[in-house]
Amino acid sequence: MMKQPAIRPARIRRDTVKARLIIFGILAALLILCSLFSEYLTPYDPYLQDLSNAKAAPSAQHIFGTDRYGRDMLSRVIVGSRTSIFSTLLLVAVITVIGTVIGVFCGWHGGKIDTVLMRISDMFLAFPGLVFALAVAGVLGGGLHNAIFALAAISWPKYARIARSQTLSQKETPYLRAARLSGSGTVKILAKHILPNIIGPILVTSMLDIGTMMMELAGLSFLGLGAKPPIAEWGSMMSENRALMTTVPWITMAPGLAIFVSVMIFNLLGDTVRDYADPRARQLCPGKAGFAKGKTGDGSNRRFEARHRGGR
Amino acid sequence: MPVGPILRVDNLTKVFTRKGQPDFTAVDHISFEVEPGQCLGIIGESGSGKSTVANLITRLIDPTEGQIVLDGEDITRLKGRQLQTAYRKMQMVFQTPTESFDPRHTLGDGVGESLRNFGLDQSEVNREVAELLKQCGLPPEFAKRYPHQVSGGQCQRAAIARAIAIQPKLLICDEATSALDVTIQTEILALLSDLRRELNLSILFICHDIALVQQFCDWVLVMYKGSIVEEGVPDEVIRNPQNDYTKRLIESIL
Repeated sequence: MMKQPAIRPARIRRDTVKARLIIFGILAALLILCSLFSEYLTPYDPYLQDLSNAKAAPSAQHIFGTDRYGRDMLSRVIVGSRTSIFSTLLLVAVITVIGTVIGVFCGWHGGKIDTVLMRISDMFLAFPGLVFALAVAGVLGGGLHNAIFALAAISWPKYARIARSQTLSQKETPYLRAARLSGSGTVKILAKHILPNIIGPILVTSMLDIGTMMMELAGLSFLGLGAKPPIAEWGSMMSENRALMTTVPWITMAPGLAIFVSVMIFNLLGDTVRDYADPRARQLCPGKAGFAKGKTGDGSNRRFEARHRGGR
Repeated sequence: MPVGPILRVDNLTKVFTRKGQPDFTAVDHISFEVEPGQCLGIIGESGSGKSTVANLITRLIDPTEGQIVLDGEDITRLKGRQLQTAYRKMQMVFQTPTESFDPRHTLGDGVGESLRNFGLDQSEVNREVAELLKQCGLPPEFAKRYPHQVSGGQCQRAAIARAIAIQPKLLICDEATSALDVTIQTEILALLSDLRRELNLSILFICHDIALVQQFCDWVLVMYKGSIVEEGVPDEVIRNPQNDYTKRLIESIL
C-alpha cells in the first residue's frame, strides 16, 4: 500500500503524454495528408499568373494575398507543403536508415572497418553543419536533390554514432548470448534482437530532427541552393519575395508561417515521442511502448509490480 | 555407440590481450571431462576464470589454445551453421535470469526461439513451450509475460525451460542460482535435479557456493587464478582439502 501514491502520479503523467502524442500525431498526420493531396486542396492554380491582380492584399478571395505575379499565395503555400514536407521526410528517412545501418555494422563488426568509418564520421561532425551543406550544395549546384544530398551527407554521422553505441551496449547482454545459443544466426539476431532494442533512441532523434531538417532545407532553398523557382517551396518562396517585404509583407509571411507551424508541430511531436519512450515511464507499462531497456529493481519489487499490473 | 565423455576439455587456455596492458591469462591450461549423466561442479572465487570457462565451452568467446570436444565432435574451431548445430547438444543457464531474456520479447518467444530455429512451425512451438513451462513448474500463461513482469526465480525457471527445449545432452549452469534468494535457490536446484534424472542430462555446474556444490554435484573442480588446483568428490574435498587455496575457501564458510 505504501507504493500506491508513488505509482499514481506517474500514471497520470503517462496519460497526459499519451494525450499529447495523439494530438500532435493527428496534427502531423493532417500536415502530411495536406501535402499528399495538395493539388485537390488549392483554391487556385498555384502557377497561374494574373498580373492585373498582383501583390493583392489578403482578402476573402485570396486569404494570404497574391505575389508579384498575381499567383494565389494560399495555393502556393499548400502546394509548397508537398515539396517542403516530403523532401524533409525523405531526407530524415534516408539519414536514419543510412546512419543506422552504418552504426549497427560498425558496432557489431568492430575492428578496422569500424575505426575507418567512425573517423570518417568524425570528419563530418567536425564541420559546422549548414556551412558544410552550403559548400556541398554549392559544388554540386543548386536544386532540391542536391540540397537533400548535401544535408544527408552532413547528418548521417549522428545516427551512426547513436546506433553504434547502442549496438555495442546490446552486444554483451546475456540475452544476446542466449539467442546465439538458441541457434540464431547473425542476421536473425540483428533483426530480431538488436534492432528492436536500439531503434527507440534513433527514432526519437529522427523525430526531433524533422523540424531541424525542414528549417535547414528551407534555409538552403532561401539561399538559392535548394528548390528553384517557379517550384513552390516555402524557403524559396520567402527568398523570391523578400525584396518586397517592406511593401507587401504578407507574401513572405505566408510561407514563413507555414514553416513556423509545421516545424513546431514536428518538434512537439518529437518531444512527445521522447517522453513516451522514457525508460522511467516504461516500467509501469512495459512491453507496450517503452523503447529503452529499463533497469528493474530487486525481485520482490518486481513481483509486487507484476501482481499489481493485473490483466497483463 | 561409442560411450565416451559428453564433454572433454583439453589444455584450454584463454589469454586476454589489450593494448598497453599486460596480457591476462584468465584460463590457464585446464583439462577435464564430463561423463554422461554426471554433474560436475566448478567452484572458485570471482575472477578465478569459472565463467570464462563457460563462455569458452559454449564458444561465445574463442579460446587461445586447447581443444573442446562435445559428444565426440571437436567444436573448438566450428563457425556459423556448424556451431549452431552443435548448440543442439549443449545449452546454458545464465546468472542473471531477467537479463537473459530479451526485454522486447515475451518469455514464450525466448523459450521457443531454438525450436523455431530448428524448423518447428508456430503452433507446434506454442504447444511445446507450454509443455516445457509446465515441466519447469510454471503455468502456460507465463509464455505471454515479459521478463520484467515475473520474479527472478520464475524467470530462471523459464530460462531452464529454454535451455532444455531442444533436449541438449549437456547443460551448463553459470552461477544459475547466485542471483536468487535462498529458498528460491533450493527450488531451482530441486528442479535441476528432477530434470537431470528425467532427461539424463549431464550438468556443468559453475558456482561459488561450496555448500550447493556439495549438495548437487558428483565431482568438483576447484579453480584458482585460472587453473584447477584440486579436484575430487565434493565431500572428500571439503573434509580433507589438500590445496592451500581450497583450505582457505572452506574455512571461509565454516
